[in-house]
Amino acid sequence: MSTNLMSGAKILLECMVREGVECFFGYPGGVTLPFYDALYDHHIRHVLVRHEENAAFAAEGYARATGKVGVCCATSGPGATNLITGLVDSLMDSIPIVALTGQVHSTLIGSDAFQEADTFGITRPCTKHNFMVKNVAELPQIVHEAFYVAASGRPGPVLVDIPKDVFMAQGHYTPVTTIHLPGYKVFTEGHTGQIKRAAQMIWDAERPFIYAGGGIIAANASAELREFAELVDAPVVCTLMGLGGLPAEHPNFISMPGMHGSYAANMGMSGADVIIALGVRFDDRVTGRLAAFAPHAKIIHVDIDPAEIGKNRAVEVPIVGDVKRVLEKLNKATAERKVSFGARNAAARREWWTQIRAWKEQFPLVPSISDTEIKPQHLMAEIDRLTGGKAIVTSDVGQHQMWAAQLIRFNAPRLWINSGGLGAMGFGLPAAIGAQFAQPHKLVVSIVGDGGFQMSIPELATIASHGLPIKIIVMNNGYLGMIRQWQELFYNNRLSSATLDCFPDAEKLAGAYGFKGRTVEKPRELAAALEAAFAEPGPYLLNVKVSPSENVYPMVPSGGAINEMVMGPPQPVAVP
Amino acid sequence: MRQPEGRATGDKFMLQIILVLLENKPGALLRVTGLLGSRGYNIESLTVARTLDPTLSRMTIVVDVEPKLCVQVIKQMNKLINVLQATDLTESPSVSRELVLLRVRAEQEGRTAILKEAEIFGARVVDSSTEGFVIEATGDLEKVEEFLEAMRCYGEIEVSRSGTVAIPPGGKKLRLQPPVPTRAEMVRT
Repeated sequence: MSTNLMSGAKILLECMVREGVECFFGYPGGVTLPFYDALYDHHIRHVLVRHEENAAFAAEGYARATGKVGVCCATSGPGATNLITGLVDSLMDSIPIVALTGQVHSTLIGSDAFQEADTFGITRPCTKHNFMVKNVAELPQIVHEAFYVAASGRPGPVLVDIPKDVFMAQGHYTPVTTIHLPGYKVFTEGHTGQIKRAAQMIWDAERPFIYAGGGIIAANASAELREFAELVDAPVVCTLMGLGGLPAEHPNFISMPGMHGSYAANMGMSGADVIIALGVRFDDRVTGRLAAFAPHAKIIHVDIDPAEIGKNRAVEVPIVGDVKRVLEKLNKATAERKVSFGARNAAARREWWTQIRAWKEQFPLVPSISDTEIKPQHLMAEIDRLTGGKAIVTSDVGQHQMWAAQLIRFNAPRLWINSGGLGAMGFGLPAAIGAQFAQPHKLVVSIVGDGGFQMSIPELATIASHGLPIKIIVMNNGYLGMIRQWQELFYNNRLSSATLDCFPDAEKLAGAYGFKGRTVEKPRELAAALEAAFAEPGPYLLNVKVSPSENVYPMVPSGGAINEMVMGPPQPVAVP
Repeated sequence: MRQPEGRATGDKFMLQIILVLLENKPGALLRVTGLLGSRGYNIESLTVARTLDPTLSRMTIVVDVEPKLCVQVIKQMNKLINVLQATDLTESPSVSRELVLLRVRAEQEGRTAILKEAEIFGARVVDSSTEGFVIEATGDLEKVEEFLEAMRCYGEIEVSRSGTVAIPPGGKKLRLQPPVPTRAEMVRT
């Protein structure tokens, strides 16, 4: 291939095309003008957002919905700093994104120039890795390295800071064919000996339990997980990040564990003798008080990041590797044992399933329904009924997120999109934008609280501009619901700054942006309102006024053990 | 490793010696120290310099950490892309040295005694004046601490320490990641 002389901006676009980028999200600025000029007659699609923070969230939504690397772009100074929440969110949830930021002219760096910020320094702890490009000659290598690092191993955000003069400089572009990062070790193959040990331990177990998470989604290992669950015939819980990894309708699926997980999930986790942890990190929301977490269980931990293994909990069989590759081998090893040893511990296993089913029946996750006000759980159950486990659902952060996770089915991976580790409000709506661009033919439902929604209102313009048929469902209780719940339960109901007054009229707000909106507050009108929203060919804003005093249960209080859940509001005691 | 006296580390913390081989690039040092700083681990001492390969540097860090976190610190360092290898030398056999420059005030009477003391520790006088001496000493941490204790008795001292430099025991082979093809190349082939 001949070498061409072209500007740094054009070189960057060439590299992006070679990396398979079709669509990215950004906001222009002074130092990125050369780049936006090159973009003007280029076929790559750039989506103009209305706040850089939402460019990062949209890139995340795109990545979460497809598994491809999401890309966002911002200018120097305030543009770059506005990306930070999205970068940290990707880092926490291990989402592959590349953030391209402009920087002031090289000669001005360090002089407090206009719109200058130390982006490289500020984003160092916010990213998996970051780069500052010094000259146009190193630009192609850096861009390809950035995409490689973002997508490989444990995925994560990578930032590339490009000074204005690098965009403008002329360089010879030769396509890059290899990436050499001697210090970047990626472990894909699990240790064969450990896998055999794991298979034997599983075979000897009387109460095996599978704890699967975001790693299954990242590795595209749903099929392997399903095979494994059926081979071992063990109950499976999926974490908030792992929902959809195993179809919700699969008989082995027990729902979500943790702080707002189901009773059966938490009791099962606590009562198991062997826990097989696949692509999870023993996060504090799942484990509760670590000292009390499954104290008698032996743990097999499979993860691609060696630093996660043994971080929160010592494990008996650590396996570092890509969970898809490891499960392929583990399935083989387990199947071999099934043939050799026959039905081992059959009676104990049957008893275990009886116990699990009993727990499920004791406290099932059922939505409460009232005929005077719309209960939030009822709203989620209706959305579940209408989506049938097949729609992409993005969520913001708070009570609605927990109810959606508990009550909406996901029968495939990459349908449930939410900010798990960081819990960044304002995530849901821009993520839905990213997801809709990623999957233009799928139904995208964005469930947001009245709090998070108001953080993302600017993006209604982006939705209107592109006619994105996103169904925005605002679960409106007039509060920052989760804050109110904690203030009620732990701060003597002193509701400090938890009330959200002055919510805009939904019909008028949507109308202001040129699309349909409606408010519904009567339970008997809910089904029809949702159906009308979903049937609308364009975007729709449905403001659902729900009961303001509902709390999310079960709940494991902060510092509590997961088998000591609060199942419901305290019952009134009869006065003697 | 013998924990030096008079240190405000308390029972819960210990000094961990970490040897890091990293790329000699701007920002690489900051990534390593940032990792420790953001977790609140105090860095007792840090030395870094180029190796025979000009693209690589070797760094010796002595960190104040809780014993149960030692393994996690090494794992987090190995995750950094600029770091080729991070090793914990606290328990393993290795050679470590520190250089200390010490200025001691010495009037007429104490001068000979100071010189004799220095000789015992194999230290050299590198500067001499009517006010006092500047003495250079090298040794492992234990010897350096003993030397400073000894010198303290002779009067007012001012100390400039280089920090511990360590060299790993031989024999361990460095396993590095080989080059990988770019996505475009993989799609083509």
